[in-house]
Amino acid sequence: MREGRQGLLAELERRGVTRREFIRFCGAMAAALGLPGGASAQIAGALRTAPKPTLVWLEFQDCAGNTESFLRASRPTVANLILDTISVDYHETIMAAPGTQAEEALARVVAESRGQYLAVVEGSIPLADGGVYCCIAGRTALDIAKRVCGGAAATIAVGTCATHGGIPGAAPNPTGAVGVGEAVPGLRNLINLTACPMNVENLTALIVYYLTFKQWPPLDAERRPLFAHGKLLHDACERRAHFNAGEFAEAWGDEGHCNGYCLFKMGCKGPVTFYNCPTIRWNEGTSWPVQCGHGCIGCAEPRFWDRMTPFYGHLPLTPGIGADIDRVGLAATGLVAAGFAVHGVTSYVKRAAERELPAEKSVPPPDRKGNGP
Amino acid sequence: MTHVVVDPITRIEGHLRIEAEVEGGRVRDAWSSAPMFRGIELVLQGRDPRDAWAFTQRICGVCTTVHAIASIRAVEAAIGAVPPPNARLLRNLVMATHCVQDHVIHFYHLHALDWVDLVSALSADPARAATLAQSISDWPLSSPKYFAGVRARLRALAESKQLGPFANAYWGHPAYRLPPEANLMAVAHYLEALDWQREFIRVHAILGGKNPHLQSFLVGGMATPVDPDRAASLNAGSIAAMRKLVASAREFVSKVYLPDLLAVAAAYLDWAGHGAGVGNYLVYGEYPEADGPNAPLYLPAGVIRGRDLSKVERPDPAKITEEVEHAWYAYPAGARALNPSEGVTRPVYSGPRPPYERLDTSAKYSWLKSPRYDGLPMEVGPLARVLVAYASRHEAVRKAVDGVLQRLKVGPEALFSTLGRTAARAVETLVLVDKMGEWVEALADAMARRDRRICDTARWDPASWPARASGAGFHEAPRGALGHWVRIEDRRIANYQCVVPTTWNAGPRDAAGHRGPYEEALVATPIADPARPLELLRTVHSFDPCLACGVHVVDARGRALGEALET
Repeated sequence: MREGRQGLLAELERRGVTRREFIRFCGAMAAALGLPGGASAQIAGALRTAPKPTLVWLEFQDCAGNTESFLRASRPTVANLILDTISVDYHETIMAAPGTQAEEALARVVAESRGQYLAVVEGSIPLADGGVYCCIAGRTALDIAKRVCGGAAATIAVGTCATHGGIPGAAPNPTGAVGVGEAVPGLRNLINLTACPMNVENLTALIVYYLTFKQWPPLDAERRPLFAHGKLLHDACERRAHFNAGEFAEAWGDEGHCNGYCLFKMGCKGPVTFYNCPTIRWNEGTSWPVQCGHGCIGCAEPRFWDRMTPFYGHLPLTPGIGADIDRVGLAATGLVAAGFAVHGVTSYVKRAAERELPAEKSVPPPDRKGNGP
Repeated sequence: MTHVVVDPITRIEGHLRIEAEVEGGRVRDAWSSAPMFRGIELVLQGRDPRDAWAFTQRICGVCTTVHAIASIRAVEAAIGAVPPPNARLLRNLVMATHCVQDHVIHFYHLHALDWVDLVSALSADPARAATLAQSISDWPLSSPKYFAGVRARLRALAESKQLGPFANAYWGHPAYRLPPEANLMAVAHYLEALDWQREFIRVHAILGGKNPHLQSFLVGGMATPVDPDRAASLNAGSIAAMRKLVASAREFVSKVYLPDLLAVAAAYLDWAGHGAGVGNYLVYGEYPEADGPNAPLYLPAGVIRGRDLSKVERPDPAKITEEVEHAWYAYPAGARALNPSEGVTRPVYSGPRPPYERLDTSAKYSWLKSPRYDGLPMEVGPLARVLVAYASRHEAVRKAVDGVLQRLKVGPEALFSTLGRTAARAVETLVLVDKMGEWVEALADAMARRDRRICDTARWDPASWPARASGAGFHEAPRGALGHWVRIEDRRIANYQCVVPTTWNAGPRDAAGHRGPYEEALVATPIADPARPLELLRTVHSFDPCLACGVHVVDARGRALGEALET
């Protein structure tokens, strides 16, 4: 027995994970994080001695989609054990204890592990009307977030609701829903893992990075990790060559659609979405939305419910587009490159989405003047 | 008399609060409250109806297909789009995959720990656990060595003093009744099911690009091309992958889930006498076997009143109403009950200011409305579906139900209970996993005929729609009868309404004082220790609550957007 040995590797070995699987996992994580070759040894070294961290998972105005994503942790399978090996001391959807006993478990972490635990937040926080739109055990979401995230070593907001208000925060935002960063300003070590829902492979990589380097990876202006949000989805898309060649699906089930041609004209938002969806993919790497035949809806971008809709209207990258689609590829590439160069991703997307869409292809966006937070 | 508050109810989707009065070791009265509200239907106002599925899908990430399906059906009904046969097959596979996976997760990860004592499993004898497992199933993972390994994992967890999600629960409660070996077997299957659900849901990645929140729904069809000759389409490889996943699901359901259900039920047969509930059941029916409106359904629609299995009525949507007597909404003066097609929803919170200890249950106490059918509360879900199919002499359901009843040596009246609800979910899973293979083969046949139609593209362009249209879409979600109503004006959403399974089941009292189904089912439940109300969880969990689904704002009827929050 290896009693007395501390750290994640010891814990994993007790659970039947071989050293070889562990090293392979560290290599995969280094690759996912976009780190140089030598980094996997550093990750392995750090994880060997890392204490088992405590994590609490809060759910507010959520749909549990990020929780479901969390339950799909799969690649490599040891990733599941890594998550299993984090002590998840509070998570409403999976924890055995209810009511008073559940709240005691949360209170204990906040009191006894102050400044040491990780807080994950799923769902938006409603600020309107004194917070009455989300109460747990009689307390408002805001009250709970201040108390729990305020005492955490770091907070990971998962999914677009927790990062930017998401669908409850879409116009007209009936409950004044916002993300954690806006609800609790000045929170230390907040990171936004966006997308609807977030991909658990990114969460695993993020936690591994944190355990290894005791800090978050480089972030963009939206506090999203660059390893997941640093590259344009369009650039990594398997249909990109068809875009460059001017080959597009024109109708659902047509020749081009069956052939895997570009979905730009079917409304794909890949050209304005910064996300690693095409490289990590979903459900053990089985597929991702564009592979299966539907355009990207831009779910990793802030406020996409207002900025990326209507989902089936194609992007207004050049004014008056519609006649000469072949020229769009070049124009789109140029514009996106310009947007990326200044890293004004958000404002670029906003500008693009606020322009009128061609009337013959789609319904114009509704008039929503003077609303939203 | 003791006043018991359980908030949050854990191992469910969303936020649910139960308050109960316990007297003489039994629940005397109970109140079900939903303390969270988002207002997604208000967000839908003015948007492109073809986008609505993606918005409503986000009502719930656990029920990740159901609102998308109901939404595209509602819009299709409004604009007259008819999905082609391939789209019907793809949707049936998507829905059934979801239902099967969801029921397994519910049994093992949300419900099992109400019956299974994790701490007791620590003292189990692995050899005896193996004997037990082998006596009920020929599932291969059943050796003494295997169970010794599971016990070692559990002991390592216990010794680490970091029990994580298993900390501080009701372990050792006198209402736990299984021997240590049965507890160990159940814990082993809890862990296996965690792996199995992740693998099986790859069907959704194949057909929808990802799970949760698959992305291949379209008004008029599905976005996944079907073509045996192209790598970028569903092809022979996809069929082979689905055959394999469906076959392994049949294996898991028949050799693990069903035997475990029978083993647990046999030890808790007295729970066939608790949790009966309102005794009225509503089912819209599901799995169309042909195309177009009024197609025959594999699982039949029906209404059963007062537990009378000799009569099954045809459901009439005109008889559906919602009331707000005890919900935090306001109706226009004089309106008591409104049909969803003319529903009004104005959120007006009148509960206690947080932080609070108690709700005033004599007044309004929930964000859920009270749906009623012909003025009566209705239970929806797997039990309702199984009862309607059983009473309608559905062959596969009858066979599966009679098999379970015979093994437990009880009659059909045992179904009207907490245990019946839990058993009906397993019965339905078995029936569906058997049926799925047929749909995979039908899709393969269509491919072989080079039938590539996946969408009614004639209705894709909004210019082809009438200036005004309205429609309703119905679906049997894992948790029960779901309806969406949409009105379209000038090609945009003018009104959108949902009446959702958990609203039916978890809703509060109505103006006539009828309790909702959760509340009624909890009355007379035995409670050994009011500080640790394990028995209450059993009945609530038997409904498989999903609160994110249950709470919604209907009505977006041409009001100024700010008006919703007028108080």
